[in-house]
Amino acid sequence: MAQKIYPDAKAALDGLLFDGMTIAAGGFGLCGIPERLIDALVESRVKDLTVASNNCGIDNVALGKLLRTRQIKKMISSYVGENKEFERQFLAGEVEVEFTPQGTLAERMRAGGAGIPGFYTRTGVGTQVAEGKELKEFDGEMYVLERGIRADISIIKGWKADETGNLMFRKTARNFNQPAATCGKVCIAEVEEIVPVGSLDPDCIHLPSIFVNRLIDGSPYEKQIEFRTVREREAA
Amino acid sequence: MAWDRNQMAARAAKELRDGYYVNLGIGIPTLVANCVPPGMTVTLQSENGMLGIGPFPYDDEVDPDLINAGKQTVSQLPQTSFFDSATSFAMIRGGHIDLAVLGGMEVSEKGDLANWMVPGKMIKGMGGAMDLVAGVKKIIVVMEHVSKGGGPKFIPECTLPLTGKNVVDMIITDLAVFQRPDHDSPFRLIELAPGVTKEEVREKTSANYVD
Repeated sequence: MAQKIYPDAKAALDGLLFDGMTIAAGGFGLCGIPERLIDALVESRVKDLTVASNNCGIDNVALGKLLRTRQIKKMISSYVGENKEFERQFLAGEVEVEFTPQGTLAERMRAGGAGIPGFYTRTGVGTQVAEGKELKEFDGEMYVLERGIRADISIIKGWKADETGNLMFRKTARNFNQPAATCGKVCIAEVEEIVPVGSLDPDCIHLPSIFVNRLIDGSPYEKQIEFRTVREREAA
Repeated sequence: MAWDRNQMAARAAKELRDGYYVNLGIGIPTLVANCVPPGMTVTLQSENGMLGIGPFPYDDEVDPDLINAGKQTVSQLPQTSFFDSATSFAMIRGGHIDLAVLGGMEVSEKGDLANWMVPGKMIKGMGGAMDLVAGVKKIIVVMEHVSKGGGPKFIPECTLPLTGKNVVDMIITDLAVFQRPDHDSPFRLIELAPGVTKEEVREKTSANYVD
């Protein structure tokens, strides 16, 4: 059986990286981010990256690390707030952003991974997002043509995977990891635990193994929280 | 006397119906979750892939893998489900969500909404707002009636870049409520905050509306 498991993130990225490449990354804010793989990208010094990811981390956390080292040329994102270094580079014209509505970004990844080069959506019609793009009327409504994304690699974070790469996510850490996984020519997944084949229920696989090319156990994870919000326990 | 933030949220909550699936934006819209009438079942959707958002967790139940679209920690409910972002926006864009409550910088008399960027300032991005206004059955915008500078925010034409064109169904401000039955009709002033007069609303609004 072809071996998908690699000892660490650096090994899992070996032979795949080149300057100017496009990377699709999973995660929403700091939730479900492929942190080991991002660290390995920082270490690799690969540069001029175009990164399709909903966010760009926060200052020096997650993709924010790749920003600090100036390895990112362009982001394809829906929201890049809460990141001072991003703001600085953006206002100085050092990093480019293709603002993409969140649902359009998710669908661009899903479509790219499903062999669909473009699709029509109502999202963004009449706004600057639709400028320069083809418009088409269906059933009396206007839609804008958006392109599927095909990335050179996908980097994703899962919860558990079996040795073949069948993978499960946990709670809202699934987010963009699933569509991002499908749209890379090579998908590298990091998970919290690799379990023996047969120990995951086939009916509960979120990402079938065919979408996972390389796999690492990235544990232990610290998992940072962006906004810790709690309620008080009612007095007994 | 004008409505405060909680009263504006409470007014928006009057638009909830039993069985609704609802998406709430960040800020005042989030407060609508505290105003669901007892006995009514309303399921809250979060763009990052969750249906059935629970209250904020207790301190010892905080889970980094369980957040809302505002990146705040939340809790799950017995009926909660999780899914990926593409599925989440299939719900939103596909017209499966009954109601969205969003904040606004400007709304035009034709129902255009601007709430994502101010030219010359740092642009953070539109997040899921453009998808929500394009796909959700009913869009309520909750905003202050006038800007910090005192200028009207319900205006003839938006001056800021749009989030969506002809998408708003109802506007709730600290002074009044405007509604229209469909996207071809003008907005009608349907309610005033206590002590607020029609004349005051007229004076602080540059949009055309029916009262």
